[in-house]
Amino acid sequence: MRNAFALIAAGLVLSALSFSPAVRAATAGLPGAWQDWQPGNDISNTASLQRGAGNFMGYCAGCHSLKYVRYSRMGTDLKIPEDQLEEMLSPGSKKGDYMLTKLTAADGEAWFGKAPPDLSLIARSKGSDYVYRFLKTYYLDEKTTNGTNNLALPGTAMPHVLSSLQGAPILKTVKKDGLDTFDSFEIVEPGQLTAEQYDEFVRDTVNFLEYAGEPVKAYRQSLGIWVMLFLSLFTALAWLLKREYWRDVK
Amino acid sequence: MAAAHDNDAAQKGGFRAWLNKRLPVDEFVESQLTGYFAPKNFNLWYFFGAFAMLVFVIMILSGIFLAMHYKPSETAAFDSVEYIMREVEWGWLIRYMHSTGASFFFIVVYLHMFRAMLYGSYREPRELLWILGVLLYLALMAEAFMGYVLPWGNMSYWGAQVIVNLFGTIPVIGPGLVEWIRGDYGIADSTLNRFFALHVVAMPFAIAFLILMHLVALRQTGSNNPDGIEIKAKLGANGKPVDGIPFHPYYTIKDLFGVGVFLLFFCGVIFFVPTFGGLFLEKPNFEAANALSTPDHIAPVWYFTAFFAMLRAVPDQQLGALIMLLAIVVLFFLPWLDRSPVKSIRYKGWMSKTALVLFVISFIVLSYLGLKPASDLYVILARIFTAIYFLYFILMPWYTSVEKTKAAPERVNYHA
Repeated sequence: MRNAFALIAAGLVLSALSFSPAVRAATAGLPGAWQDWQPGNDISNTASLQRGAGNFMGYCAGCHSLKYVRYSRMGTDLKIPEDQLEEMLSPGSKKGDYMLTKLTAADGEAWFGKAPPDLSLIARSKGSDYVYRFLKTYYLDEKTTNGTNNLALPGTAMPHVLSSLQGAPILKTVKKDGLDTFDSFEIVEPGQLTAEQYDEFVRDTVNFLEYAGEPVKAYRQSLGIWVMLFLSLFTALAWLLKREYWRDVK
Repeated sequence: MAAAHDNDAAQKGGFRAWLNKRLPVDEFVESQLTGYFAPKNFNLWYFFGAFAMLVFVIMILSGIFLAMHYKPSETAAFDSVEYIMREVEWGWLIRYMHSTGASFFFIVVYLHMFRAMLYGSYREPRELLWILGVLLYLALMAEAFMGYVLPWGNMSYWGAQVIVNLFGTIPVIGPGLVEWIRGDYGIADSTLNRFFALHVVAMPFAIAFLILMHLVALRQTGSNNPDGIEIKAKLGANGKPVDGIPFHPYYTIKDLFGVGVFLLFFCGVIFFVPTFGGLFLEKPNFEAANALSTPDHIAPVWYFTAFFAMLRAVPDQQLGALIMLLAIVVLFFLPWLDRSPVKSIRYKGWMSKTALVLFVISFIVLSYLGLKPASDLYVILARIFTAIYFLYFILMPWYTSVEKTKAAPERVNYHA
């Protein structure tokens, strides 16, 4: 039976390792099918989260809310200094407020055909990978009303708001088994950022949205290590106690 | 020794004597713990009953604190869960304890039931113990289903839609019954509110009562053991079974160690993988319930998917629902289907062993298939494994009576 427990313990450690961000980070690259792209973000990287928060306020908050996140909580979690947090507040908001957009649902519907969704839980309901792919697979498409389209969410009502940064990408396809298949993107009109910088920008933003989806995540994982250490000690002592008590069972 | 100790206390007087004169504390401890003899040869499989008890306590405690902040209303339920996750002190931990506890409840209960099948713990004289256990399993299913609806995510909503509609397949009364269950023409505020009442009051009471009956029945017959023989048949000079040891302290201390191992798994999930890759908390359930947006693929949570696969394996929905129901009802008859002269798998023949292996494989494969979209291949596989599931029971009277068995030993196998 001791062997059985050793096996179980080994399995537990292995499964914990395979879920850790360090392993995922290795596959952040661009090549390959877009469906396999991963942000490789790290929610324990506070600097990245701070940049992501800035990106969100600068480029997303105009239309999208984080209705479950308060500015003050974000400031504390992301170690944003008070004065900088003040600057990040959307006009008329106070630090204790939820991060709500000033765009009304009615205006959103009138302008885009669909009210921009709240993004508090987007990284949980669709996954960080999805958000990353969404922000990286925009391309020019004359067939749509706003002139851009998206591979991760075809026909999306959202225009490519980050094109000032990324530039204007066109979609390159190759024939595979008679079908037009994704090959790569080509930037035909450069933006303010290089490809690497844009990737960094999106990754930070995705990281921030993952934080917004579950603000306690980084703390949960760091606390979990202590919980596991305590329980290991407890279990070891309980085992010794059991062995002592069972000495006289023949 | 324990009895002598009690007499001492009674003679000495003091608070303990005062108390025992009015409330039989010592007598209870003596009859239920220190004087209750359990077989000494329990193995790994015998931990899961204690684990199920522990999970029940965890669910009650975490549930009480969730109910302090949760709001059972169509407009507020989803928000209140996020409020618990983000703004209630340690709310995230309480919520993850409860959501992880639901899945762990089924894991330990499934392993506990498997143990009974492995060693014939359902056989005479423990038929009623087994039946009470199956009733507990049914109550747990109802409790889990209603609890799953409460967060009011989109999968809660659509899952409830599908499962409640199953009652509509009952002839004549079906449609009216569904309306009566929902309290509305669709899954709505009234449904959520009544599921909350049933989930936090009615079902926990029912489960607690059934647990009590399950334990009383266990104390009456005594535990089975991996050798499937009755330890009461061999009594020592003291009138106690020679192969038995007092439940306390031996098994309480052993279970304490088991609890440590269990909590390592339990907390490993809570702190590192609370969604368990979308199995324990599904992605679509992080979107609020939306009657206008059906999730791409509606499936119940993993612990129901074996039965869900059976439902989809049958082309006719009414028949499918019946098959699903039978898959659980057949469990009640297990004590009378097994005709083997021995209880434990250790002494049964190759046919019983093969049958049990196939049964376990069919349950696991069906659980997997139920998680996947119903493609042609998966439906065919589901049919095959549904057949195997039922053949395990239907053929049992035959294969257990014709196969060659080994003789069960006089005394239990135990090596210190």
